[in-house]
Amino acid sequence: MTKKIQVENLRTFYGTKEVHHGISFDIEQNEIFAIIGPAQSGKTTLLRAINRTLEFTPGTKMTGTIKVDGEDVQKTRDVYGLRRKIGMVAPLPVGLPLTIYDNVAFAPRSSGINDKGFLDAHVEKCLRQSALWDEVKDRLDSLGTKLSGGQQQRLTIARALSHQPEILCLDEFSIAIDPVTTMRIEDVLKELKKEMTIILVTNLVQQARRLAARTMFLWNGDIIELDRNEVMFSDNTKDKRTYEYVNGIFG
Amino acid sequence: MFTETPFIRKKKRNEVIAKCFFGFMAAAMVIPLFLIVGYIVVQGAPAISWEFLTENPRSGGAKGGIWAAIVGTFYIVFFSLAFSAPIGVLAAVYLNEYATENWFTRIVNLAVVNLAGVPSIVHGLFGVGAFVYFANFNDGKKSIIAAALTLAVMTLPVIIASTKEALSAVPRQFREACWNVGATRWQVIWKIVLPNSISGILTGVILQVSRTAGETAPVMLTGVATYKLLDSTGLFLYHPIKDQCMALSMHLYYIATQANNVPKATPFAIATVLIGVVLIVNAAAIAFRVYLRSRKKW
Repeated sequence: MTKKIQVENLRTFYGTKEVHHGISFDIEQNEIFAIIGPAQSGKTTLLRAINRTLEFTPGTKMTGTIKVDGEDVQKTRDVYGLRRKIGMVAPLPVGLPLTIYDNVAFAPRSSGINDKGFLDAHVEKCLRQSALWDEVKDRLDSLGTKLSGGQQQRLTIARALSHQPEILCLDEFSIAIDPVTTMRIEDVLKELKKEMTIILVTNLVQQARRLAARTMFLWNGDIIELDRNEVMFSDNTKDKRTYEYVNGIFG
Repeated sequence: MFTETPFIRKKKRNEVIAKCFFGFMAAAMVIPLFLIVGYIVVQGAPAISWEFLTENPRSGGAKGGIWAAIVGTFYIVFFSLAFSAPIGVLAAVYLNEYATENWFTRIVNLAVVNLAGVPSIVHGLFGVGAFVYFANFNDGKKSIIAAALTLAVMTLPVIIASTKEALSAVPRQFREACWNVGATRWQVIWKIVLPNSISGILTGVILQVSRTAGETAPVMLTGVATYKLLDSTGLFLYHPIKDQCMALSMHLYYIATQANNVPKATPFAIATVLIGVVLIVNAAAIAFRVYLRSRKKW
């Protein structure tokens, strides 16, 4: 298996507050990699360090290395290309104040693709992948911000897929959508796994168990345990805290 | 069963007293506006006629109309905003969208805040030094361009502040969503931020029209004459660099305090026109804002 993302001795800071205390792990190509852990444990910050949007928050800093496809993200000369390689889905749905069509076409257009035929087909493909197409195909020119919360979340996923990423990061994607849609998207993720690497940050331990091959338990900026799901969700975890968190005893 | 104890009765009474007191204070602030506007309009309206608006002043302002002053005010407002609006809006975009917290932005923000607090007469003196003598547009004489630039410096901080407010009303999560898909800051500004803040930006700029039209002290020192007629051949023929002009605010000051044999109603008529111009511009800004808000996209 090739290593898609390699994190080595990562330390991140908001001002003087240290979020990650030197964590190291690898994510393999075409796996679904789940990250679980209570609030404030650094899950979202980790994703933002990987696609380098952490730097948009003043006062943040990171040390150590993150490599995507072997390339150090801190030293890359094309940070926009790096971000396009990574699809990012935020916990709260964000419909841009544009039409549904333009929401999905935004990323291709901002990388210079304006071919109408390509965009039409591409928008449809992304909306189908995110299980939204059937609901919006007749009103692609209405505003994305006027969709319901669950629809906006799927629109966000369609947008994350629109720049043909190799890595898809989902940050608690299911907190704003109903269980039926969640299951539909989970099915989509199993399909997408064939073409991309998926990082799934989730508060639903069972979701990590259902979908991921490996799960990482992050707590207060440290990796408590990282292993195959058979181990993580068994009675034989290396760290007692993992067992307790997974089984809802603490956290 | 609810029984009213003395404590509850007292609480209710205090509530009524407080509400009436605060309500009266809120109403009180409307009174001066109505008194001022009402008094001026009642005194001035009879003197306003088509001739008063379209004829030039005669006999040192005692007779004739105020046409030259109206045109001069438009000249000053137009040229002033032509400088301050683009510079102010672009500076605000930088400060709000690009700048991070460092010594440079702290100095700029400090300058903006303090510039807004400088009295207008000081701006006038600055304008004399900077635009009349140093920039020397018109051989060391006052000129329309000097007055317009002075007012532009004066209105810049307000335009920057109102534009920044309009920009920051666009939720940050829109920007983050765009950055996540590999868009540059400029792409986000152009496609998302500006289209959704343009109403607020324009409203802020339009409101500066009324302020620019009303200022007297800075323009008196830098570009406005008490008596400077338009070219006899035409209507809009002030030369923005070579000419001084008249202005409604200055004309009002002159007629009310310096000129002789002026009919009592004339200053009120000028004031009515000035207030009318300001109210029309403000009403247009409000209508514009209401219209754009009805098309708000989230």
